[in-house]
Amino acid sequence: MAEENLLTDDFVRQLINVGEVDILVGLPTYNNAKTIGAVVQSVQSGILRWFPRERAVIINADGGSRDGTPGLVTGVSIDDMRPVASMNALRTLHSISTQYANTPANGVALRSILAAAELLRAKACVVISPDSENIEGEWLWRLLRPVYKDGFDFVTPTYHRHKFDGLLVTNLLYPMTRALYGLRIREPYTSEYGFSGNLGSQFLARNPWEDKSNDSWGELRFTLEAIRERSRICQAFLGNKHHVERRPSDLVPALRQTVGPLFSALDSDFSIWSSVTGSQPIGTTGPDSPELLEPVRVNRKRLREMFSSGVADLSSVFQSILAASTLSELQRIARQSETEFEYSAELWVRTVYEFAASYRKSVINRDHIIQALAPLFRGRAFTFITENRNGSAADVENNIESLCLEFERLKPYLLQMWRSGQ
Amino acid sequence: MRELIIAELSQVLEEMARGFAHYLPRLIVMLILALAGWLIAYVAKIILRSILRLIQFDRLSENAGASQLLNKAALPSATEVLSRFVFWVVWLGFILLGVSVLGILGLQEQVAKFFIFLPRLFVAMFIFFFGLLAATFFSRAVLLASVNANVPSPRFLSLAVRTVIIVFVLSIVFEELGLAEQTMLVAFGIVFGALMLGLAIAFGLGGRDLAQAFLERRFLRISKDENEDELSPL
Repeated sequence: MAEENLLTDDFVRQLINVGEVDILVGLPTYNNAKTIGAVVQSVQSGILRWFPRERAVIINADGGSRDGTPGLVTGVSIDDMRPVASMNALRTLHSISTQYANTPANGVALRSILAAAELLRAKACVVISPDSENIEGEWLWRLLRPVYKDGFDFVTPTYHRHKFDGLLVTNLLYPMTRALYGLRIREPYTSEYGFSGNLGSQFLARNPWEDKSNDSWGELRFTLEAIRERSRICQAFLGNKHHVERRPSDLVPALRQTVGPLFSALDSDFSIWSSVTGSQPIGTTGPDSPELLEPVRVNRKRLREMFSSGVADLSSVFQSILAASTLSELQRIARQSETEFEYSAELWVRTVYEFAASYRKSVINRDHIIQALAPLFRGRAFTFITENRNGSAADVENNIESLCLEFERLKPYLLQMWRSGQ
Repeated sequence: MRELIIAELSQVLEEMARGFAHYLPRLIVMLILALAGWLIAYVAKIILRSILRLIQFDRLSENAGASQLLNKAALPSATEVLSRFVFWVVWLGFILLGVSVLGILGLQEQVAKFFIFLPRLFVAMFIFFFGLLAATFFSRAVLLASVNANVPSPRFLSLAVRTVIIVFVLSIVFEELGLAEQTMLVAFGIVFGALMLGLAIAFGLGGRDLAQAFLERRFLRISKDENEDELSPL
């Protein structure tokens, strides 16, 4: 196993002391001291309550925190939880922390956790986000049970969200992965998910440590790996997804982490997605109908302004990426007033597909292609928010569904561009 | 007297014939070299053109912004220009080699200078091309970052970065070619200094409000409206 060589000796020694496990909980962290204590307590209570007889371990892969996060993970004692959970674990619960680098990298954190799972021969694993403030012990049960008891390989979550939360997921990641790979996975990019040890090992084998391009890409690649391997996939409802405060500048890193690996995977997965038509639902545990949370404030005016100025300022960049007709259409809507403005679903899908085709051809630097998508996404977000401002949960859901169908309808356009570039 | 003139003329004609006989093989060698040079240059052009097409050099040139320059000058594609350039350099090299075979003293010196200059010309071209590539890359990076950070005048910033890099690259190119080194050095100093001074003044005067807003946002936390659009993309 080449992976072992990249784990620190101390980490490997600690893993050897643990021996084999049934359940592995992965916590990728970086400066999460504010929230990690509560998260670890919830994880421990979940293990005490739902898996008291299983051999379990918590693996913390830290990206060089300076606020003492690793100490907080290993410092929380399960004895503190016993009175609360009113149960006793029949096994020792180990907590191990390793610092994989001095700077955070999602892909490296995930691979550290997967390598540990492989060494410990974990049967079922779960990765939990360190800033999930509203995590409940039951999340572990919901994410692990399908793997541990029902033979699933991959469990993705579904949440109750505010209708304008996760717009990149609802307007690009979900519809595009659904149209391309034919599976309706609502959260293809997620920070909480369960998986089997086998799937973890397969992912490690296909994404070697030496390949540095994977360092910043983790979660979405893992979802795509599960699809690629034709794994048994299901979704588990976890509850509310709390709104995380973001700055506008967070959009580009989010695009890099999600759209980058998605576009990148299209080349190697061409034989898979080119033959898929339509899409299939996947089994979900929990409520089917979405319930929306409290509204968040959104400055729509600024979204539209950033779209319009972006289209004007980046026209030289868009000329290399977009078809002339698409660019002229974008320039037309960029001049529209706020009340008239509409970035239609069809235009948005054509934009995204042309970006994907240009990414493949590397018409300009690939990271620049991803960055150039940000102002256009803001325009689409503006239209989505405007269309659904007064809409009910069902209206929003219908809107997302029609966007998904548009992605599926225009898939031949992407195929045509792909084949013409070969 | 008559005999003397005839003798002199005969001697001149003999010397001319001897000189012609002496130069004729060299002239033939020169012509052969020129002909062989044309053939080699032509083959080199064909091979280079195929290689450049194979490595999609035109796309690289487009990324570097060199294609746009060529279009403006109504020149063919970068692959074609480079192939033709190599053809002429190789052929000219062979012709000059042939001329040096003639043994004309003044010309030999010039030919030697040309061959010494040739590597510097290639290095200068290399620097210029990759300089253009760097200028395009960094100016586009600045443009994208400024647009996404909602910084005012992103195109101006991008153009400023591009100008500084191109001026810097040109000064290196001229230094490498050994052309007007002092002039270029002074010109670069003036342009660079003026640009920096201009930017400093522009930032100081034009950015006063921006700086004030930034400091207020940073330290006084009065930016509720500004922070309103914090939609979470994921």
